[in-house]
Amino acid sequence: MRAIFPIVDSQRPVIKHQPFSVPVGQLLLQAQSLSCIRQDRVLFEQLSLQVHAGELLQVAGKNGAGKSSLLRLLAGLATPDEGQLLYCRQPVADVATDYAANLCYIGHHSGIHEQLTALENLAFWRAAAELPQADDLALLATLGLAGLEDIPCRMLSAGQQRRVSLARLWFSRSQLWILDEPFTALDQSAIAMLQQFFLQHLTCGGAIILTTHQPLSMVYDGLNTLELAYRW
Amino acid sequence: MVTLGPFLKRELRLLARQKADWLNPVLFFLIVLSLFPLGVGPEPNLLRIIAPGVIWIAALLSVLLAAERLFKDDYRNGVVEQLVASRQPLLAFVLAKLLANWLSTGLPLVLLSPLVALLLNVDMASFIAMVLTLLLGTPLLSLLSVLGAALTVSADKGGILLALLILPLYIPLLIFASAAMEAASMALPYHGQLAVMLAMLLFALALVPLAVTSALKINVS
Repeated sequence: MRAIFPIVDSQRPVIKHQPFSVPVGQLLLQAQSLSCIRQDRVLFEQLSLQVHAGELLQVAGKNGAGKSSLLRLLAGLATPDEGQLLYCRQPVADVATDYAANLCYIGHHSGIHEQLTALENLAFWRAAAELPQADDLALLATLGLAGLEDIPCRMLSAGQQRRVSLARLWFSRSQLWILDEPFTALDQSAIAMLQQFFLQHLTCGGAIILTTHQPLSMVYDGLNTLELAYRW
Repeated sequence: MVTLGPFLKRELRLLARQKADWLNPVLFFLIVLSLFPLGVGPEPNLLRIIAPGVIWIAALLSVLLAAERLFKDDYRNGVVEQLVASRQPLLAFVLAKLLANWLSTGLPLVLLSPLVALLLNVDMASFIAMVLTLLLGTPLLSLLSVLGAALTVSADKGGILLALLILPLYIPLLIFASAAMEAASMALPYHGQLAVMLAMLLFALALVPLAVTSALKINVS
């Protein structure tokens, strides 16, 4: 696959300061018979899934099938109506702080403030991830945002805003990424670059849960798909 | 532990970019106070008598005016949701919001108090009491309004709901603050009132940040 701008792993190796807490192949996240009810409609019930370190789980399904609701449950933003969530074989409620620290959730909304510039937004997320402040100019250039670092994000296009919001992944040290529609508004080359970066995260032992309507073009052993059916 | 610095810097930067958010409430405070002498007549004694109540009611309403938009943007663009997902930084975010809110709405009222004293013919003793009550009371106003903003963040038109929720909580403060100023104008001691206000402030300072983080969590789930 050819990207128009430099592919990240050759140009800017990501330094993993510490190995992830869960070794490759070990069970990271496990959901047991989850149910989710929204406005009297059962989105899904008895849903069980497992994510091991080094795996990518793609949640597929029609609009309204409950993909985002499932992701929000997995990210700990909502509590399931039934069932439970296990992180490293322990209930998430017991290890909530550890789980949250090892999780990077980027939802349907971008998580960037429109009045702030790309650099300021990234500085905020660095602080939130308890990382030291660093110069993100090179990172933004890698993401094709060179020259746009210092203008408020409301001036950027939807795809460029999405790039800013995904830039967080480049310095995240979390093992599990939960991404709701990360490819929305991105062009083909950015999607290719992002998949390259996903691959790198997975081979380092990370895990990814994402929803997308685009077929993934990456070649990797640990790709799993969960198809949610739309239920009336 | 997450440090407060970068969060506070972000809030102050946002205030610098969105000046209307904090200038409007401050101007509102000034306009209300300058209208009173016109409305009730320029009789100096009358103004001196109504001054404590008028100043504090204007302060309450101006802080309330600033409260509504406090978490709105960050709620809509997903910042709150993603901070809730990562748990740790949420308290620092809330504390930064609180501090920035006081710096932008409470502190200007304290700084404007000499002008207010002139407008309403407040004597020196009452003026000192006014500055002291504003110093103790405006942080409490900020705490309560941040709490109200967090509770109503997911309500579309939360303005009136916010007022209904928060104004009753302001009332004890209003009573003690204007009582302190009245006592001062009659050359009576007002340590008692100040002590009660300090107690309310410390109590709120201990509990409100936790309540705000819980309210935000409830609103995203």
